[in-house]
Amino acid sequence: MHAPDGFLNVGTAVATGALSLGLLGMAARQAGDELADKQIPLAGLSAAFIFAGQMVNFPVAAGTSGHLLGGALAAVLLGPRLGALVVAIVVFVQALVFADGGLTALGYNTLNMAIVPAFGGYACYTFFRRFLPANRSGVVGATGLAAMLSVVLSAVAFSLQWLFGATAPVAFDDVFGAMVGVHLLIGIGEGVISALVVSAVLAARPDLVFGARDLPKADLVGEARVPARVFVAGALVASLLVATVVAQFASGDPDGLETVAEEQGFAESGRDHALDSSIFADYATQGVDNEALSLAIAGVGGTLLTLVVGFGVFRAVGSTSGRRLT
Amino acid sequence: MGAGHTHDLHVPGDSIVHRTAPEAKLVAAFVFVLAVAVTPRREVWAFAGYAVLAVVWVVASGIGPRRTITRLAVILPFITFAFFLPFIGGGDTTDVAGFELSTEGLWGTWNVLTKAVLGATTSIVLASTTPVPEIVRGLERLRMPRLVTGIISFMFRYLGVITAELGRMRTAMIARGHDPRWLWQAKPIASSAGAMFVRSYERGERVHAAMLARGFRGTMPTFDDRRAEPTDWLRAALIPALAVSLALGGLLT
Amino acid sequence: MTDILEVSGLSFAYPNGHAVLDDLDLRLASGERVALLGPNGAGKTTLALHLNGIHRADAGSIRVAGIELDDDTLTEIRRRVGMVFQDADDQLFMPTVAEDVGFGPANLGLSGAERDARVAEALSMVGAEGFGPRSPHHLSGGEKRRIALATVLAMRPDLVVMDEPTSGLDPAGRRELSDLLAGLDHAQLLITHDLPFALEVCPRSVIVSQGRVVADGVTAELLADTELLAAHRLELPFGFDPSFLTGRSAA
Repeated sequence: MHAPDGFLNVGTAVATGALSLGLLGMAARQAGDELADKQIPLAGLSAAFIFAGQMVNFPVAAGTSGHLLGGALAAVLLGPRLGALVVAIVVFVQALVFADGGLTALGYNTLNMAIVPAFGGYACYTFFRRFLPANRSGVVGATGLAAMLSVVLSAVAFSLQWLFGATAPVAFDDVFGAMVGVHLLIGIGEGVISALVVSAVLAARPDLVFGARDLPKADLVGEARVPARVFVAGALVASLLVATVVAQFASGDPDGLETVAEEQGFAESGRDHALDSSIFADYATQGVDNEALSLAIAGVGGTLLTLVVGFGVFRAVGSTSGRRLT
Repeated sequence: MGAGHTHDLHVPGDSIVHRTAPEAKLVAAFVFVLAVAVTPRREVWAFAGYAVLAVVWVVASGIGPRRTITRLAVILPFITFAFFLPFIGGGDTTDVAGFELSTEGLWGTWNVLTKAVLGATTSIVLASTTPVPEIVRGLERLRMPRLVTGIISFMFRYLGVITAELGRMRTAMIARGHDPRWLWQAKPIASSAGAMFVRSYERGERVHAAMLARGFRGTMPTFDDRRAEPTDWLRAALIPALAVSLALGGLLT
Repeated sequence: MTDILEVSGLSFAYPNGHAVLDDLDLRLASGERVALLGPNGAGKTTLALHLNGIHRADAGSIRVAGIELDDDTLTEIRRRVGMVFQDADDQLFMPTVAEDVGFGPANLGLSGAERDARVAEALSMVGAEGFGPRSPHHLSGGEKRRIALATVLAMRPDLVVMDEPTSGLDPAGRRELSDLLAGLDHAQLLITHDLPFALEVCPRSVIVSQGRVVADGVTAELLADTELLAAHRLELPFGFDPSFLTGRSAA
């Protein structure tokens, strides 16, 4: 999601830039208080870890691989403030030193890849912790769910920015539906991997997991009782549920949001709905009278379709590129 | 999309772009990209001008067209998206080779394509001609907080150390026949990443001890030997100045 | 000759209650090279971390060149005691060798030509002239160890403390290091498992076990005492001729 220059309009770039800078400034001050003079080496090493972590290939399906985004993981390990700061620095460096992501796109890239997943992910984490047992399994499970949702939150954030800063005539709800749908699937991988990483850290140094500081050490030892296979299945069910809800929202009153945008003079383009010509458009399934039900079916169907198509692509790519051993 | 880069883009050289002070280059790159970004998409002549300037930059830096084009691959996902726009966009349509394509969508493609390519090319020239410590120093001279530049420095210093450790763990797994193909088989790799976090953190603590042992008291010292000369700024200003005049031309017409 | 280091009654326990140092005494004369030997977990590294105030003792005192270590003298003590860590990658954290060697002097308030002169002086002491602009990441193990030594020599310390200086070095790198250390005027405390290296570089050795000094004497004599070595899990390499030790101790 390292968006290039000019992907969103200048107003959005400037507004997100100012917002990101302000939030990171605050985060840096508070994180600095927590770490005192240890912050520079520890944050530097953590940034190197996140950067390296993003380069690790994980198996996804049929021998194909994906990689970690790391926003929520960083927040659970380091706390939301330091986590956001560290991932933002990684994003910044990727733009500056690797030409990955535009310089004028830094505002929204930082917001979507660092600030939203770290703070949003950590908010989800604390939310799920309430409903999960106060032990190692609870921490690991909450991390998985939070990491998964953090990726979806990024997609939502991007869609909202598209609403205000679109540079092409693609409607908000199309972008929203497509982004959230795809990121639900990406989120499953992100959730599984983040949970496993946190579980491994808990096994070695439970005191290093910021998100588990409230728990006594005795509750953090022992095996986590969430096998990855169960988690993948659970996450699939969860993503189908979310798809149902998202479909409702997407259809709910998108025009309302867009009208606001137009009135504010933000929406330069992107106001044409063009439902007929859109490949993502029209969530409603024909032949079902109840609108809510029909949208729910469309949402679930869309997610399953994405899954099947995605799987097909993985398979095809996997069989041509051969098995990777490195 | 962030995967795959283990080495920074720097290409050693002695071109005029290499020799320019980093802070001047940083500002120049940013101004140029900003000029491109604010230019209305229908000002095709302005984009033609930017393209010429970008080519001049690439040639002057001596990094070679092949390297530049290879590196441009990072924007491919967005380019792919851009090519969908004429098909999914609404509004008036234009007939292109028998297809009814959205006019606005076509402009959208053009907009994303040109701005992304010009922006990425600028970043590539900057990153290819400036070693990382120089970029960090440039940022410091541009008054970026020492906390941030310090973190960036440390990150780069230990990125290679950490990737090498991860690589060794991976080799040890492969040597014992580990070849996961499904997400739920990812546990050993994720566990090694967790172990990596612990090691990184502990190394951070040891590095901190090593810093204290040499009198560190919370502020990173500066090692600023070279400041940008007026000639650096003049040299660096040439291309962005032309770009800004093109942008102004585009905005005013 | 005055003692450069006086440690007396030093005790330290980790928060979990595990005592690492137990009423430990140690003195070093200026210019003296001493090997600190002992099994894993004996408290050698913990002792080293106390010597320039990274860890603070629960009881006992440390004096360096007659200055008592406390909050007010911490900066001065850290200048006088140069600590070379076991993993050179922990010590070399700056982007270039010159900045790394200049880090200590910069913290002492030196800048410009004065600091550059310190850097050049330290690099030449370890035979690494011209390494300044290089990145620490691309140095060999032996080069890293020498540069790590230069980073503390640049602070003109009275005492150099090295933790496992020969670990990870090839035989040539090890010999270069022993020549280098033998040629320095500084007092040195070398923590090592490498007994032949201790014999080669340090006339005197101290054996620490369970947080206390259990033996202190001429290196060759200590190493010839097989019972003492066995009692503290120390072993000479296979094929090492003990008669060589007697020859050395007589000389």
